[in-house]
Amino acid sequence: MRGLDLTADELAGLAQRHPALMNPPLRNRLAGPAVTIAILGLFVFGLWSLDISPVRLAGGAVALARFTELMVPPDPLGHTLLFLDALAETLAISLLGTLIAAVLAFPVGLVAARNVVRNPVIHILTRRILDIIRSVDVLVWALVWIGVVGLGPFAGVLAIACSDFGAFGKLFSETVETTGERARDGVRAAGGGRLDEIRFGLLPQVLPVIAGQVLYYFESNVRSATIIGIVGAGGIGLHLYEAIRTLEWREVSFLVLMILVAVAAMDWISSRLRAAMRAG
Amino acid sequence: MNIGRDASASPSAVVVLPDDRLGALHRAYAAVGARRRLKLLAGLAVLAVAVAVSSRLAEIEPATMWDKFGGFTSYFDRLATLDSGARVWTDPVEWFWGLEKWSILLGQTLLMGYVGTLWGAAFAFVLCFAASRTTCHNGWIRFAALRFLEFCRTVPVLVFALVFVVAFGLGPLPGVLALAIHTAGALGKLFTEIVENADARPAEGVRASGGNLVESIRFGVLPQVLSSFASYALLRFEINVREATVMGFVGAGGIGEELLIAIRRFYYSDVSAILVLIILTVFVLDIATERLRGRLFPGESK
Repeated sequence: MRGLDLTADELAGLAQRHPALMNPPLRNRLAGPAVTIAILGLFVFGLWSLDISPVRLAGGAVALARFTELMVPPDPLGHTLLFLDALAETLAISLLGTLIAAVLAFPVGLVAARNVVRNPVIHILTRRILDIIRSVDVLVWALVWIGVVGLGPFAGVLAIACSDFGAFGKLFSETVETTGERARDGVRAAGGGRLDEIRFGLLPQVLPVIAGQVLYYFESNVRSATIIGIVGAGGIGLHLYEAIRTLEWREVSFLVLMILVAVAAMDWISSRLRAAMRAG
Repeated sequence: MNIGRDASASPSAVVVLPDDRLGALHRAYAAVGARRRLKLLAGLAVLAVAVAVSSRLAEIEPATMWDKFGGFTSYFDRLATLDSGARVWTDPVEWFWGLEKWSILLGQTLLMGYVGTLWGAAFAFVLCFAASRTTCHNGWIRFAALRFLEFCRTVPVLVFALVFVVAFGLGPLPGVLALAIHTAGALGKLFTEIVENADARPAEGVRASGGNLVESIRFGVLPQVLSSFASYALLRFEINVREATVMGFVGAGGIGEELLIAIRRFYYSDVSAILVLIILTVFVLDIATERLRGRLFPGESK
């Protein structure tokens, strides 16, 4: 691109009229490069301290390429029925976990919403508890529940229910807080009590939104449910873990493909359902 | 039903419809209500069947639920008890006996999240321009980029980590790579949408005054999207740190391995101490990233 060919006078005039643009203070001019250097510096420090070197990367990449080669063609090695059963278990875990979480989180979401319970102490306390539950990963919950109920899919269901309980509580309360006051004012004006207000003034506004959120989480939980098997909480993850540990790469690729197809199918179903709900 | 007659008896400003028209409206209203109720019931029936089938598959017996719940409370009771039998908060020094070791591991976890996020965001940054309709006019490249991003975000992080641990060896490296790939997929999709929603006119202006594709992206698109990119990357950073805490479960670095050992060997007070540290870290990070994101969009802060 060619410049605009301004004369020196014109340039000086421009600089005088727009001092902030043509001659910004030193602090503003240094801020951009300083932030960039800090970000990159921390990145390089991270690479160094985590022992990430080009040599290791190259060596691993070669191994990875060999594994990928060994992965084709995907082959269940005669375990098709076993894997299908485990996949069904995975779907069951995510459905039950999501539902239990939604049912338990609904009243909590109401309590945590500022416009339903007006006591700020209760509001902040419930929000913080939900935050704590959310900050524990689903895999940690799975380990805790295995300690309580033993290995198996039941622990997986409870783990998903726990970690989603935190997320749903927050989402639901935020949804409730975005609703308009007028429907509830109307119910109150017509002589309704506190519960009538929630049932007729609030629920019709939030239920469709909440149903959409629950569906969305069900779909993403199918993904979480595939990994909790790695620690022994049921589902297809256990088989995947075994296949990777025994280096049965064709089985690994088959299992990954199965998971991808299942996730895509759930994706499709839930987006159809959400569209149907929006339509009424 | 005698709404109409009653209302007409009392003096009222409300216009009261004659009975036949009111009846027709009433029937139509009831029909709509009945149809909706039928739909709802059908949906609930399908859901009930799905729940019944799922409960069988997940081996849940409602009868034993309550016994198990007792186990849950006693588990938490044990988490709050030191080896000596005292409550953990009576002796914080004993409770956090491994603070130094755990802090180093937590620092490693944070770094893993940071490096993974930045690495993945860089990938996503390059790929989003190949994947969005406004900056890439070659359908094949766009299709390939979109499918690749989809693959990256659909395969769970831990599955990548498991495979990478075999390929790259134990340690934080496979964990960081797994986080980076998943981040590339997740952020790539968001970045693509942001670029597609950006105003196309500045980029067209740069093209019209003789700029090439890279210049039109640099001067026409980037200034519009960069703060949104940063905001989403920060959000992802927080998620990635949470994910990095469990990478150690499969041998991919961070504090997870220590936690796994403590849980497996029933060192209850260690489990609760590490969990408290993780929760505090995520908490602080949550607040810090929210602050930073608020500063990215000073106009929209609450």
